[in-house]
Amino acid sequence: MTTAIRTGEVSGEVSEVRTGSLRKAFFALLRRDLLLAFRRRTELLFPVIFLLVVISLFPLGIGPSPQLLARIAPGVIWIAALLATVISLDGLFRSDFEDGTLEQFVLSGHPLTLIALAKIVAHWLVAGLPLVLLSPLLAIWMNLPLDSLGVMILTLALGTPILSLIGSIGVGLTISLKRGGQLLSLLVFPLYVPILIIATAAVMAASDGLPYTAFLGLLVAGLITSLTLAPFAAAAALKISLS
Amino acid sequence: MNTNVTTMTKTKPRKNWLVMFIHKLGSPPWFYNFSGKLIPWLWAAFAALTIWGLYLGLFVAPADYQQGESVRIMYLHVPAAWMSMMIYGLMAVMSFIALVWRIRMMEILTMSSAPIGAAFTIIALASGSLWGRPTWGTYWVWDARLTSELVLLFLYLGVIGLHNAIDEPRKAARAACLLAMVGAVNLPIIHYSVKWWNTLHQGSSISLTGGSSIDTSMLWPLLIMAVAAKFFYGANLLTRARVKLLEQDMRKGWVKNVVKEQSS
Repeated sequence: MTTAIRTGEVSGEVSEVRTGSLRKAFFALLRRDLLLAFRRRTELLFPVIFLLVVISLFPLGIGPSPQLLARIAPGVIWIAALLATVISLDGLFRSDFEDGTLEQFVLSGHPLTLIALAKIVAHWLVAGLPLVLLSPLLAIWMNLPLDSLGVMILTLALGTPILSLIGSIGVGLTISLKRGGQLLSLLVFPLYVPILIIATAAVMAASDGLPYTAFLGLLVAGLITSLTLAPFAAAAALKISLS
Repeated sequence: MNTNVTTMTKTKPRKNWLVMFIHKLGSPPWFYNFSGKLIPWLWAAFAALTIWGLYLGLFVAPADYQQGESVRIMYLHVPAAWMSMMIYGLMAVMSFIALVWRIRMMEILTMSSAPIGAAFTIIALASGSLWGRPTWGTYWVWDARLTSELVLLFLYLGVIGLHNAIDEPRKAARAACLLAMVGAVNLPIIHYSVKWWNTLHQGSSISLTGGSSIDTSMLWPLLIMAVAAKFFYGANLLTRARVKLLEQDMRKGWVKNVVKEQSS
């Protein structure tokens, strides 16, 4: 079907699109996605509000003891960030898949990997970055020592892009399902285990006054690896879902 | 020219034999017949080895001087744990072949492997926790191996869940194959991070393999059971693959012939 359209009447249009460079296409798509996100500002707030509500449940469920809260703070904040990311992930390709835009992207002749990467970056800017910016407030709520606050922010800044990148593969695989959201969490959470372990270890080491740079190094390594591999896997997953 | 021809006729059939065999395995009717002949032998080997291995393990092998009789859980637990990892590795290789060369038989074999692997993982987890009660004093410890085995179970469940969620069989298999490969890339990272997490939180975990030396009277039943588990996997895999093949090719001619032969 793809070749038929490319060689058919629309071929002029396709070549016109192709004259734009990859960078141009990338930023055009990024701009479009951000614009669409900012047109629906309330939806933008959902992951943030979700995070706030989940975090506030922990003192209510466990008790307000400051020492206990400080002890579990890194794990609680990180697990809440994982949950918030998975909830927002479902919208990564959903609307584009449902109205056929995704198929047009495939037909545009631009590599699907690049398109996936642009959408992942947009997703992180919209859903991941607010979590990073919100983390000081969460840390104060959870009575996290102020010395380790910087490390907490750093782990979230390095870790949440990995969550978006790995999650995009799961979204690509479940996009054609009506109720893919529940399945998505089953697919994605086991893959998030290493990030959770390394990130919380870094924060705990920092609050115990131990060296933590090695953990941050591991997170950077994870970010680079997932940045190079995940868009390809996500593109392959999308191709299977669109077939 | 003449020598060329003779060398070609000499080498070609040899090469063709293996290539033809692999090509034939990709053909559903041929696979169906071939596996049908193989399956009884695999079940027989499994039964014989299991009886022999269990006899050696339960009656001949001595009880451990520390753990007592409970050490006999090992003959079930360790082969199951080995199989759970081996099957995931095999699934990753088969998924790669299925996705790159688009071989349908490989998709079917990968998807038939997943439930068996998940079952072995559950057996390993359940027998491990039953073994943990007398030796560690508790059913569950967040030990590195138990934890990574649990994550492995979640990976298996993800593959099975995705495969069952998509209606179209080939699309479902291809999506699940891709997920299995992504999981396989992550699995070493998960394993080592969990291992390292365990050393970081020095909890109540007790290393079970204090001395890695194991007496031959205990090693033999263990190895026999491990081989028996592989035969079980082979027999079970081929049986499942045959059923799946019949289901998918329900309306094809060769299935009608098979049904006719069976009913007559």
